[in-house]
Amino acid sequence: MVVVTETILLALVVVTALAFDFTNGFHDTGNAMATSIATRALRPRTAVALSAVLNLVGAFLSLAVAATIAKGIVDAGVITLPVVLAGLVGGIVWNLVTWLFGIPSSSSHALVGGMVGAVLAAVGTSGVLWTGVVSKVLVPALLAPVVAIVVASAGTWLVARLTRGVPQDVTSRGFRWGQIGSASLVSLAHGTNDAQKSMGIILLALIAGGAVPADSGVPFWVILSCALAMAVGTYLGGWRVIRTLGKGLVEIDSRQGMAAETSSAAVILLSSHFGFSLSTTHVATGSVLGSGVGMPGAKVRWGVAGRMFVAWAVTLPAAGLVGALCHWLESGIGGTAGTLVVFGVLIATSAAIWMASRRKPVNHTNVNDSWDGDAAPSAEDTNRQAVHA
Amino acid sequence: MSSFIEWGALGQVLVVGLLVGAGIPALFALGLRLLAGTTTEGGAPVAGPTPESDEADAARRGPVAIARPTPARLAGAVACLGVVVGAIAFGLVFLVSGGH
Repeated sequence: MVVVTETILLALVVVTALAFDFTNGFHDTGNAMATSIATRALRPRTAVALSAVLNLVGAFLSLAVAATIAKGIVDAGVITLPVVLAGLVGGIVWNLVTWLFGIPSSSSHALVGGMVGAVLAAVGTSGVLWTGVVSKVLVPALLAPVVAIVVASAGTWLVARLTRGVPQDVTSRGFRWGQIGSASLVSLAHGTNDAQKSMGIILLALIAGGAVPADSGVPFWVILSCALAMAVGTYLGGWRVIRTLGKGLVEIDSRQGMAAETSSAAVILLSSHFGFSLSTTHVATGSVLGSGVGMPGAKVRWGVAGRMFVAWAVTLPAAGLVGALCHWLESGIGGTAGTLVVFGVLIATSAAIWMASRRKPVNHTNVNDSWDGDAAPSAEDTNRQAVHA
Repeated sequence: MSSFIEWGALGQVLVVGLLVGAGIPALFALGLRLLAGTTTEGGAPVAGPTPESDEADAARRGPVAIARPTPARLAGAVACLGVVVGAIAFGLVFLVSGGH
């Protein structure tokens, strides 16, 4: 009976980790492709297909898997399979909620938040390394957009200055290619970085469940399934997030798009090189904002940006709350039943969020529609509908 | 507070980020400008064939510059765009080598 329970738990953790991987791809498509879609350098579906392929390739490129979850943020000794499951559910739910509101927020922060919440519920504050939380999550979250805004605005300003007087359709053609190149690099970087997180979680779960020896490398089926889950998520495209990044923050042209994506690629690659890990999402968003700041005459919708910053600030506690609730539910019911209930809650919540998204769908046909006002993409309209109904 | 922020790493990211992240788009823009820049700020064609004045007039205002860039401009453009392509290749190598 114990063996069966363990097996079910392990299977559910693997499935949930793949689901998180899927939402990660889904949520982060916009980081790389939103600007190319907004400037029509690529057709929407071509863009997500290209990004999906590059994420898939990226997942196979690097196999330096860190077999630790939230290293330096929670005490590795207290991570058990039920904690991992609850943490993953917290990450997924927060990713889906922010997607519903079209907010580009960090998938890795959502995962870390979920894990911290689950650990807090499991063993209390002693299981969390608060210095790590501040120095690896909170401070980088504040600094990433600042660095990206500075770099992207400088790049955009230089580009605008240098292309002054050059006919626009000459520059547009060139810059669209530049945009595609730089966006592709961001997609590839995302694939190499983020698919590893899910691989690490699954490997750890397999080791904890005794399915593979402790010194095992990542089994091929894990690499393949993680790569595919992320690629499928990317291909389906979080159109709501893409819309906010491409149209909501700044009206961008191909010069700004190229400057923004190059800034993103440079900052992401450099930050990992210098060991100062910054969230891809925060960098990409900062770059888009910077391309508005640096462009003479461009307007930045700071209202939309402000809502986004608020979402970033609450990502950790919100995902943590979901993670903690899931862990309480799980341990309260106990055993296989508790695990199944949490998994059921995940499915029900996901379905509910998806249903809510159908009320005002955003897809490849309307992702580039003009952005009205300073509002969040769908929340206020949804509220208005609710009031009128 | 210094224990929470790795100022050294942050400074490096910011400085090199500015050099690369802003420099590459600038070089790209400069390359395109050199390639397309057959008209000066004043609008007069710098080089190339000069057909009938009507067409030259149209080319001056028109979106596509028909005239070829001078060899010097072409060389400059190739140099600029070459650096850009090189930077992308370097980024790819960095990713593949697992340097992240």
